Amino acid sequence: MSTEPGPPRLTIVGAGPAGLAAALAAAGRGVRVTVVDAARAAGGQFYRQPSAGLGARRPQALHHQWRTWQRLSDGLAREVAAGRVTHLPDHHVWCVERRLDGSGRFTVHALVGPEQEKPVEVRADAVLLATGGYEKVLPFPGWTLPGVVTAGGAQAMLKGTLAVSGRTAVVAGTGPLLLPVATGLASAGVTVAALVESAHPAALVRRTGALTRRADKLTEGAWYAAELLRRRVRTLVRHTVVEAHGDDRVEAVTVAALDAEGRVRGGTGLRIPCDTLAVGHGLLPHTDLAEALGCRIESTGPRVWVDEEQRTDVPGVWAAGETTGIGGAALSLAEGHIAGRSAAARLGGRVPDPGEWAKAAKAREELREFFGAIDAVYVPPAHWTEQVTDDTVVCRCEEVTAGAVREAVGELGAADVRTVKLLTRAGMGWCQGRICEPAVAGIAGCGQAVARRPFALPVPLGVLSRAGESGEDDGDDAPP
Amino acid sequence: MNPLELARAEPGPAFTVTLDGRELEALPGQTVAATLWAAGVTSWRTTRGAGRPRGIFCGIGVCHDCLVTVNERPNQRACLVPVRPGDAIRTQEGTGHEH
Repeated sequence: MSTEPGPPRLTIVGAGPAGLAAALAAAGRGVRVTVVDAARAAGGQFYRQPSAGLGARRPQALHHQWRTWQRLSDGLAREVAAGRVTHLPDHHVWCVERRLDGSGRFTVHALVGPEQEKPVEVRADAVLLATGGYEKVLPFPGWTLPGVVTAGGAQAMLKGTLAVSGRTAVVAGTGPLLLPVATGLASAGVTVAALVESAHPAALVRRTGALTRRADKLTEGAWYAAELLRRRVRTLVRHTVVEAHGDDRVEAVTVAALDAEGRVRGGTGLRIPCDTLAVGHGLLPHTDLAEALGCRIESTGPRVWVDEEQRTDVPGVWAAGETTGIGGAALSLAEGHIAGRSAAARLGGRVPDPGEWAKAAKAREELREFFGAIDAVYVPPAHWTEQVTDDTVVCRCEEVTAGAVREAVGELGAADVRTVKLLTRAGMGWCQGRICEPAVAGIAGCGQAVARRPFALPVPLGVLSRAGESGEDDGDDAPP
Repeated sequence: MNPLELARAEPGPAFTVTLDGRELEALPGQTVAATLWAAGVTSWRTTRGAGRPRGIFCGIGVCHDCLVTVNERPNQRACLVPVRPGDAIRTQEGTGHEH
């Protein structure tokens, strides 16, 4: 074991845009970086690559901003070769623990491999959470039928495994993600029968201030719109999915127009045959690891609170990217860069000079404002719960219906999500409420609470019973 | 154009796996879910309560809807597990522990 103090160790959880930008910013500045990521290749959801075994000669076909990705992946390869960054793929982090020995250091607990059974612990002097987000989907009759997938899921399967679930798709819900999903499926040979957006993008015009400062993002949106037009994809705005039809898989969907109040307009139902429905209502930040560390979580989203340096309120813990609020890859890059710079300075015992990252800070401000405007427009229909019939399953894991949730509130007197959960088992299954929580809160008519899940993944009991047994700083790079 | 052509994929040689004893072709680099989708299969699990069919939903390992039995190990997430030559994939009923 070495007796010399090594460089301070920063562990970054997540190898998407935020995590990679942070790793590159910190690595050249006297910090030893470990990037721990669940995927088998770096990139996160946005830069998800076709698996190496598929031998894609043109992986950029399903991607935007390919040059940015090349810069990030080349940078990662360079830093790994130089020994400044260690990349641990296929490591599923289930908990980040602050050591109780007064050292202020951390233990990152992960499970290795797709079957997630072998435990690994990574020591760190500081932690940067770049855990990204996942898709929110609100329920409707038929949403549990095979062939109904999340919009992001359809895109992940397409980007990562070059697979599509059928021949004819409807893409529906709300938010900017629907555009790349529809164009991606269309370019991969799927007939996109309709793009169904419940918001009216014209409402963006009233928020031009925030938008014109990021003309690049507007151009991107216009590019997708032109692609949809070129591929003759029918676009219905101010429309929503009312029901997915089928017995053992989706065969058609009924969509309908919305009135100004966000209610379905009677008599406007339109039945569209399809074998795939890709649906999404926006994204949610992954906040589990931050919650378990005791970081302050903002109720909107919910998302991890950070200061100007991307520090959480827990000393030694930074956060960047979607986990601090949904805002896309460009914002994640800016936040990651700032977080990496700040962490490197602080770990080196210096107070960072924000002037060093002025350009990233300006981009961060503009993009947060831009996505604030986007968020205000792309909201689910105000009265979406009225379309959820009592026999519609809301919690997919535990098969809890909307009727059971309504009974818990109306007859049993539940006044908050936690009581609804205890009375119905909604949110107690495998996914721990990640999928159903917004739906249960909406149908119950109460606010969404911060979940406070102790672990970010299901953990085998044998692993839990042995966690922490490996003792003090093992490994030859341990500080004295 | 299909997705493989779009990305000009040149995968290694295809291999065989089984779904409930039926032979399917799989490509290196695919997940179990991608192999099943490519074979036109969209559901490979029935729920514990109502016995309803399920397949992929979130596609990124969050929702656990795509659970499947692979080589006698139940409750594997088909969207995460890489497919390997000779895998015996079985439709999972209920908890997967009832066989």
